[in-house]
Amino acid sequence: MLASLIGFLGDFELAEEAAAEAFAIAAERWPREGLPANPAGWLVTTARNRAIDRIRRERTLAEKTRALEVAEATVDEIDETFIEDERLELIFTCCHPALAREAQVALTLRAFGGLSTEEIARAFLVGEETMKRRLSRAKVKIRQAGIPFAIPAAHVLPDRLDAVLAVIYLIFNEGYGGRMDLAAEAIRLGRVMCELMPDEPEVHGLVALMLIHDARRDARFAGGELVLLAEQDRSLWDLAQIAAGRAALDRALALRGSGAYVLQAAIASLQSEERVDWREVAQLYERLTLLTHSPVVELNRAVALAEAGSPERALETVEGLELDDYRYLHSTRAELLRRLGRGEEARAEFERALALARSDPERRFLERRLAEL
Amino acid sequence: MKYALLIYAKPGSWESLSEQERQAAQGEYMALSDDPRCTASAQLQPIETATTVRVQDGKTLTTDGPFADTKEVFGGYYVFDAHNLDDAIELAGRVPAARMHGCVEVRPVVEQ
Repeated sequence: MLASLIGFLGDFELAEEAAAEAFAIAAERWPREGLPANPAGWLVTTARNRAIDRIRRERTLAEKTRALEVAEATVDEIDETFIEDERLELIFTCCHPALAREAQVALTLRAFGGLSTEEIARAFLVGEETMKRRLSRAKVKIRQAGIPFAIPAAHVLPDRLDAVLAVIYLIFNEGYGGRMDLAAEAIRLGRVMCELMPDEPEVHGLVALMLIHDARRDARFAGGELVLLAEQDRSLWDLAQIAAGRAALDRALALRGSGAYVLQAAIASLQSEERVDWREVAQLYERLTLLTHSPVVELNRAVALAEAGSPERALETVEGLELDDYRYLHSTRAELLRRLGRGEEARAEFERALALARSDPERRFLERRLAEL
Repeated sequence: MKYALLIYAKPGSWESLSEQERQAAQGEYMALSDDPRCTASAQLQPIETATTVRVQDGKTLTTDGPFADTKEVFGGYYVFDAHNLDDAIELAGRVPAARMHGCVEVRPVVEQ
């Protein structure tokens, strides 16, 4: 409902206040008069009309909103597809490239997740005042710079969709839980995008990737200690969620998807098999490297090569990578050297990885590896 | 909405073009100012011709050169009357300087 209002009014704050007023009126009226036939439509209409009244009263000349030019809305006009289009418009607006990435994330969570400013602040480890300012500045920029509420034109749609997916994936990866399970929120947003853009394979790919990763979450730590994929207790995996992820992947592949998220989802799916086909995983990483030119992807490919039985090739792949400050480069190189029986060199790399480690479970894991040498 | 497109060029990028390429780029610049949405445009002379003026304590201070010694050089501007930021961004993308390692700043104009 909020999406519909923001799109109509072109103004976040006005929409939020109008929505609050409409809810208040409903809370007072509906118990007395009974529910209207179309409650959602009633709320949207009421909110729009309150907003139009407010605009006319305040007469801010600098802002010409469409509301002033449109006659007062009636309930019949509001129907499902109308609201869906506006949700799509809203998410593209929230993720507009003219906004900073952090602002895109915050706006998306505010508009779609219904998270309070405080909850978003906590999720991204910033103070509430900071988050309030971030949101406020972004809303002002949307209004003052004329960021449109529109589904992007065809020639920019691929890039703009990439931005939306990147925001959702960022929420999945970097939101800290607390009261909110942000991984679940990201998956929900991904599913909304699947509904709104069912013919886009990368959208299904992203949902597949998130579902499969999330399904393995409980097995990643045992008693506070890191557990590698190969050693995970698979009874702790959510198999139904993995199946759902694979179904989403199938939809993406049926749509001939071969983008980065689809590839990553395919890799995650393969890694969830009883016996992992590491050679195929390595090939998928190779295709991913061609797309992304990412040294981190190459690093993962090296790991797959090692698991497939070629530690020397894996080590060669790792040698060229410019990732000196990346702790996983050193931990990977250390592991490969260890497997090749080059203990002293492995020790040096484990120590370098330890120096770069960012969490206690990671540190303890690396210390154990060092002790085993 | 009116948008100012402020063009920053990479020094030497124009000079490194062939005569043919320069003519083609000139054509693109002119096509932009011929766009019916364009309400103003100007190309500035090179930074060697610039003079910077400040007033302090009632005295006018004049120095040789541009305001900022930056890598990219402010070379000119357009003002377009566009529907929204996306349209302004599309226009900015057509400015040759943007693909020659320069950039275009897009900012709404305060309407009188």
